[in-house]
Amino acid sequence: MNEYLEPLIGGALIGLGSLLAMAASGKVPGISGIAGHILRRPPGDTAWRVVFVIGLIGAAAIASALRLGSGDFAIPGGRSLTVYAIAGLLVGFGARVGGGCTSGHGVCGIGSGAKDGIVYTIVFFGTATLTVFVWNLIAGGASAG
Amino acid sequence: MRMFLILAAGALFGVGLIVSGMTDPARVIGFLDFAGDWNPALAFVMAGAVVIFGLGQAILRKNEVRLFTTALPDTSPRPVSKRMLLGSAIFGIGWGLSGICPGPALANLPLMHREVLVFTPLMLAGMAAAQRLFDLDR
Repeated sequence: MNEYLEPLIGGALIGLGSLLAMAASGKVPGISGIAGHILRRPPGDTAWRVVFVIGLIGAAAIASALRLGSGDFAIPGGRSLTVYAIAGLLVGFGARVGGGCTSGHGVCGIGSGAKDGIVYTIVFFGTATLTVFVWNLIAGGASAG
Repeated sequence: MRMFLILAAGALFGVGLIVSGMTDPARVIGFLDFAGDWNPALAFVMAGAVVIFGLGQAILRKNEVRLFTTALPDTSPRPVSKRMLLGSAIFGIGWGLSGICPGPALANLPLMHREVLVFTPLMLAGMAAAQRLFDLDR
């Protein structure tokens, strides 16, 4: 399939899932917020959030088995498991302190034209691109030397 | 019925992540690599998601559509806080290092790649830590 058609269709499905989750739950359905609320102590209103995550993981497993999408999974540029351990902590910690991630601030925030969501999205896109730039600078320099 | 719709919503989201290519760290990092060999594909993911969500919620709000009497959430902007700016900056660093954000961290679990099996539990630990430290457990 066209290399831009799959991303567009996939994105539309993500938007549709977010819309349906918002209408049925009455909450802004960001993934980090949903996962974070399930981890809350004491637990709050977790039932719908658990159901959403089961649907997400289950459907992703089925879609992968049916070979929807490219099925690609590649780790670029010598990133070790240690890098993934540190990155996991930063993503989880940062998304909760920041009040959202690519879905909550990105899709829902920008989609509903919320200025604060747009600002946070610009910030995390900015530090993410800067991180890739610095990584390539250091990794490029290391491999050249 | 409400839970069935939420299950369907999660399923749409999960299929969307797989179809879109957001679950491939190399492609995400390629998208974030403006200075290098930029891969624009994931801009189409964001565009598709934002347009469908944006139009859909505008239509629901205009017609005051309610599912099971559930009101849509208030999305009017709140003041930008220093705490949330800092958190977003930290999240971006982790995303740029790994090419994985929270949705793909979950959608990739069934495929059991080593990187994801390390990343996702620590992401959840980071979330729990943030909630304790910043008292977000209310």
